[in-house]
Amino acid sequence: MKVAIVNFPGTNCERDTKYAFDKLGCQTEVIWHKDTTINADLIVLPGGFSYGDYLRTAAIAKFSPAMNAVKAHADKGGLVLGICNGFQMLLETGLLEGAMRRNENMSFISKFHHLKVISNNNKFLSKLNNNDIVDIPIAHGEGNYYTDADTLKKLYDNDQVILKYCDELGNLSNANGSVDCIAGICNKNKNVFGLMPHPERAIEPLLGSVDGLKMLEGLIC
Amino acid sequence: MKVTVNVFLKNGVLDPAGKATEHALKSLGFSGVNGVRIGKQIILNLSDNSSDEDIKTMCEELLANTVIEDYEIIKG
Repeated sequence: MKVAIVNFPGTNCERDTKYAFDKLGCQTEVIWHKDTTINADLIVLPGGFSYGDYLRTAAIAKFSPAMNAVKAHADKGGLVLGICNGFQMLLETGLLEGAMRRNENMSFISKFHHLKVISNNNKFLSKLNNNDIVDIPIAHGEGNYYTDADTLKKLYDNDQVILKYCDELGNLSNANGSVDCIAGICNKNKNVFGLMPHPERAIEPLLGSVDGLKMLEGLIC
Repeated sequence: MKVTVNVFLKNGVLDPAGKATEHALKSLGFSGVNGVRIGKQIILNLSDNSSDEDIKTMCEELLANTVIEDYEIIKG
């Protein structure tokens, strides 16, 4: 499986992401954001601080030339995964619905956090069961997901809410003020995925968790 | 032509920066503070033939995220 990882000025998780997909046996390539042709089965928008997150997180990245290729790939049904800053990009481009605000407590949060699988009715989380709990790192200052009530209802109706923040027992526990503790969503067609936590940082026992592998391998099976 | 764009979170959308500042002001003893909203002010230096439509497009495409933010355009 071919995986393209788009590198923007300010991205800092592209090599971790490449490492994770290499480990899963994929053919990976890191692509500069000025490339307009992307030939891959899965495009990953990795974490970091594209364009310094000036103006708003990911506000400027959405105009990078590569984003046209990302949109075209998504429109054709191709797989797209946005992690952290990549999730913010998917919201800014409108490939996913909603917007990000600064964390409710105003702090940058960097720690392991448990997540509950809300819907595995998608390729991404197909290796996990509903209500499974995974433990992976979060690292963001602006991960407070927001959407209006009508859109939220639509997300639930279509099984688009896929991950929520919880404690180790699975009780919902809001990391950052997100609406309904939401940590990750997908689009209606279930080929575009966004999440704030970093599965690519939980792929080696040495790192404290291998739960990220279980998540990412769903995409490549 | 100078154009100022003010961007604020919509009413009803929690403004964590505003809340934190409100608490700080109250802890300084300003008990009369009933709310703080923090936004962005963007000052554009535009050619005189820039159209109103262009300015609106700038706001909606980039300067504000209209899912959560309102904006106002002040010319001059």
